[in-house]
Formats: sequence, C-alpha cells, structure tokens
Amino acid sequence: MTLERPDERGRFGGYGGRFAPETLMPALAELEQAFDEARGDPSFTAELAALQRDYCGRPTPLYEAARLSEALGMTVLLKREDLLHTGAHKINNTIGQGLLARRMGKPRLIAETGAGQHGVATATAAALFGMECAVYMGAVDIERQALNVDRMRLLGAEVIPVTTGAGTLKDAVSAAMRDWVATVERTHYIIGSVVGPHPFPWMVREFQRVIGDETIAQLDGRHVDVVAACVGGGSNAMGMFTAFAGTGPELVGVEAGGHGLETGEHGASLVAGSPGVLHGAMTYLLQDDDGQVREAHSVSAGLDYPGVGPEHAYFRDAGIARYVAVSDREALDGLDLLARTEGIIPALEPAHVIAWLARERESLAGTTVVVTLSGRGDKDVEQVSRMRGSG
Amino acid sequence: MSFAERFAAAAADDRAAFLPYLMAGLPDPAASVDLFAALGEAGADGFEVGLPYADPLMDGPVIQAAGAAALGAGTTLAGGLGVARRVREATGKPCAVMTYVNPILRTGLDAFMGMAADAGVDAVIAADLPVDEAAPFVAAGAARGVGVVLFAAPTTSEERLRAVVDAGPVFVYGVAEMGVTGERAGVSEWAAGMSARVRALTDLPLVFGVGIATPRAAAAAARVADGVIVGTALVRRVLEAPDAAAAADGLREAGAAFAAAMRRS
Repeated sequence: MTLERPDERGRFGGYGGRFAPETLMPALAELEQAFDEARGDPSFTAELAALQRDYCGRPTPLYEAARLSEALGMTVLLKREDLLHTGAHKINNTIGQGLLARRMGKPRLIAETGAGQHGVATATAAALFGMECAVYMGAVDIERQALNVDRMRLLGAEVIPVTTGAGTLKDAVSAAMRDWVATVERTHYIIGSVVGPHPFPWMVREFQRVIGDETIAQLDGRHVDVVAACVGGGSNAMGMFTAFAGTGPELVGVEAGGHGLETGEHGASLVAGSPGVLHGAMTYLLQDDDGQVREAHSVSAGLDYPGVGPEHAYFRDAGIARYVAVSDREALDGLDLLARTEGIIPALEPAHVIAWLARERESLAGTTVVVTLSGRGDKDVEQVSRMRGSG
Repeated sequence: MSFAERFAAAAADDRAAFLPYLMAGLPDPAASVDLFAALGEAGADGFEVGLPYADPLMDGPVIQAAGAAALGAGTTLAGGLGVARRVREATGKPCAVMTYVNPILRTGLDAFMGMAADAGVDAVIAADLPVDEAAPFVAAGAARGVGVVLFAAPTTSEERLRAVVDAGPVFVYGVAEMGVTGERAGVSEWAAGMSARVRALTDLPLVFGVGIATPRAAAAAARVADGVIVGTALVRRVLEAPDAAAAADGLREAGAAFAAAMRRS
C-alpha cells in the first residue's frame, strides 16, 4: 500500500532517507517541521487553494480524447496539466514551496531545471512572491531549451549555466545543492521533483497530489483500467499515483528509453538501474560497478536524469506500480499522434506515455486509460523540427 | 602510527596535526603517491586521500575538476585505494579516504571496509553520510579495524553533536565554513565556539576542514583544533602545475608553510 508519509527517517520501505552533508541536516529538519505545520494550518491551505484556482488555473480538465481513442482502440482520458499557468504541472509544486519559503522567512529561491519547465515555474513563483531567484541549468539544456531560458530571464531570475559532468539535469541538481549548502540560512531550494533528501520527496508529492485527487473527483465513479504517466524524477506520476494506489487501476510509469535500453544511453533507472544513493536519497539509479553515477540520455530534457524519486523505487519493488521504457523515436511518434488526432502538441515527456499506449494498443484494446498530460510542447517544437529535419 | 597517536604526538609538541588532502590518481596513480610523499616530507602528520567521485555534492569547483581528471585518467575505486595503500607504505603516516556514500554501498559495506582494511586505511570519510545513517558504516568499519569520521557543521545542534560523539568516530570533522570545499579568506568565528562545544562533550579529536586556504587561516584553526585539513589550496597547485615534478615542488613549499602554521606557540 501507499504510505501516507514516510517513516521518521524519511524512508519509503528501504528507499529515501537523508544522505546529505551535515551542513544541510538542520535545514532539512527545519523544512520538514515547517511543512508539517503549514499543511495543518487552514490559512496556508486556503491561500494555496486560492492560488491554485485563480493563478494557476485549477482544476485542469479531464478530457476524453475521442479521436486519439478511436485511433488507438481504447478510451484515453487526458489530465490536462499542460493547460496550467506556465504550461506544466511544475507550478503546483513551486507555488506550494514558494508559499512555504515565504512562511519560513527565506527571501531567496533556487532551483535546478532540465527542460526549463521547473525553472520557469520557480521563477514565476519568485516573481509572484517578490523573492530573488537563481536557476541552475546544464549548459547542454540551455542550448536545447533556449525559449525557457529567455522566459526565466524575463521573469527576473538569474540562469546559472552548469558545465560540470554532461551539463544536464543531474549536474544542475548537484550545483543547486552546493549553492544551498552555502546559503541555507536565507535560501530555500525548490527541488523540482519527488527526489532529494527527506522531506522533499514527500513534500513535492503532497503538492502534486492535487493532480490525482482532482482526477478521482472528475471521474465521479467512472471505471478506469490503467493510469499512466511519464517518470523522470517522477513528480507528475507520483501526484497521480498517490490518489489511485490501491483503488484498482494498474499504475504504469513510463521512463525514457533514449536510444534503446541495449545501448546504455537512456534514462530508465527503474527499468534498467540498481539501488544506490543519489542527491541525498536511496533510490534506483544508473551507475557503474564502482558506484559512479552514469549520465542519462533522453530526447526529453525533463526525463534526462539517472535517478528517480525514492517512492517510485518503493512502488516498483512492492509491485504497486510497474515501469516501462519508451525510446526517443517512439516518443517523437507519440507527439505526432497526439498533435494530429487532437490538436494538442504535448511536451516530449508525456509524449512518451502516448507512445506507450500506441505500442500496447493490442493489450490495452477496449480499456479506459488515464494519462497525465504533464506539459505542453511549445518548448520542444524547435528541437523536434530539427530532429525531423535531420532524421 | 594511527591518527590517535599522531594527534597525541602533535599535542605533546604544542601543535595541531597537519592533514593535507589530495585527489588519488591525479595526475596519475604513481605520480599522486609521490605528491602525497612530498607533503609527508614537508611535515604532514597524516593524509586525506580523495577517491574520485562523479557527483561530489560537498565539493567546490577545484576538487570537482580534480575528481573528473582522475576519473578521466582511469582511476577506479580499487585504484584509489591502491594509492592510499602505497602512501601508507611509503610514509608510515595514517590515511583517511574521502568518498561518498554511493561507491561504498555499491561495493557493499563489508566488502568496502575489507578493501580499505587491506589497503591499510585508518579511516573512511563519506561527505554525505550524516550521523543518522552512520551506525551500519561504523559497525562494518569496526569489524575490520577501520574508523569512520563524522561531521559537525556550524548549524549542528547540541543534540546532533552529542549523537555524533556517541557514534564513536575516529575524529570529529568540524566544517569550518558553511558551504562546499574551497578557498576562503579566513576561519569563521564559529570555529572557536564549536571547539568549546566539542571539548565539553568529549575527548575525541577535533579536526577542522573546508575553506581553510592560507597558512594564516590554518594557524587560527590550529589554535582550537587537534588537526587541520587543507585540500583545495593544495589540489589547485596540482591542477595548475605543468608537470608532476613541478607539482611536487609546489606542494613541498606550500606544505611546509601550512605545517609551520600548526605550531601554537
């Protein structure tokens, strides 16, 4: 069964915990306590609910995609997180953590970002709450997500390029954590997914579970066979799965298969990784025999991460959810399919889920499937055109 | 000689122990042994041997670059421990290996401590191992005669400090500055206060590190600690040296200045 909250060491089963430099440990305990108090405070939850409604645009529709359903021979219900302010589910988390940071008296927000969606959502929250903002972004991602870099700068955030390692999301998380180690007294680190040391995986899940709670309400008792979502760090998936775990539907997380699992160039830590510690938590990750964390690969910057949220690791081992991988090429086809049947250009991340439905159309024939459409594809248009042009 | 004996000998001499850090395998395994030995000649009392790691959360740009270079030169975990073994043999001085939790768990706690023991390593430092998760590491190390080092930071509460002491580390690693490893102008005022807090709780040795970049800062730390770790300021000399011989010369000079700064009177 799903855990209402992790144990006192921050563990989901054997995963999670707090493997962090001592410098951060008091701050993590302080954050856990502040979040615990805030979530029980009616004035906090009321302000959050009002911002979700009036600022972010919640509730998002649960849309029955008729032409896609017809094309695939199943009923597909899309949870339209792509329609939220800033264009992805990331705002659910940043508004929540931003409010919490304000409550804790921290005037500065930092974040890491891969695709740029979380960076934009953090910069947005910083502007809304009148805070300073710095976003760490891998140099490779800055190049492939130029639009989001411009958006962050327009919002008043400083975008700091990270050139260590492969210059992608993993390195950006490490760089943001190093900033936080040095500035923790006046800075809150808004981690962008259900990853990192406790309480982040639990707290981010709680801010994202509005996705699943809304979906259950919108279904109004309608039968669902499968609930599917893409998994990089896994926040949109966990936001959805938390509401559905143990209620009947099969939960499926779709990871980045990159160039193919057999090539070793992918981001499928649950499908093809092994347990270890990355960014402060015990979880599944991609690593070599010496415990060096390997670089992930995905066409989607948001899934280009060699670890995954520890609660997903627990879900995997406990059989609460199952995890599959979809390649770059399949994801591009998934994007095309949704664009042409529904007039919705998805981000490359949820395009992986559409591609999985297409691959499994025979086994899923006649079923009803809920998919988190976690973000819109504007950020990816240029890259997709480039790849199509060259490919 | 063990760390305990080294601390005692230094104290009898009215100085703190000088414990320089270098990256194993930089610029290559054999040359890195020679660089440690050069620091030994310059007056080091023991060593912190960095095992290169691809995601060093606690390290600043210089040690990140050193780790990446050592990995690029083909330094494996076994290779890094091999450097520690040869440094121990060549100098007779105690070695602590500095790594992160994941390589230890990937190897297996017992297997890693066994490898460390076979290399003659005296202590293991994992930068992302807080006292809350330390018990199995301490137990596995104790079974093989390898100690574990635990951290105290400027923000560490009295309750946590007591837990650190109770866990039985070889020494307490006092983080002299908030932040990652790197070079800073002085030593925080916090150091003296932390020293008093640790002394009130325990006789365990207290070693300051992180951010200590100059002999002047090292001298300030030496007045309130049993040992002082200097890393980035030395690693930078290795990275900037045109060759290993020049690096050794630079380390002898810098090492002698730091070693002299350990004297309290």
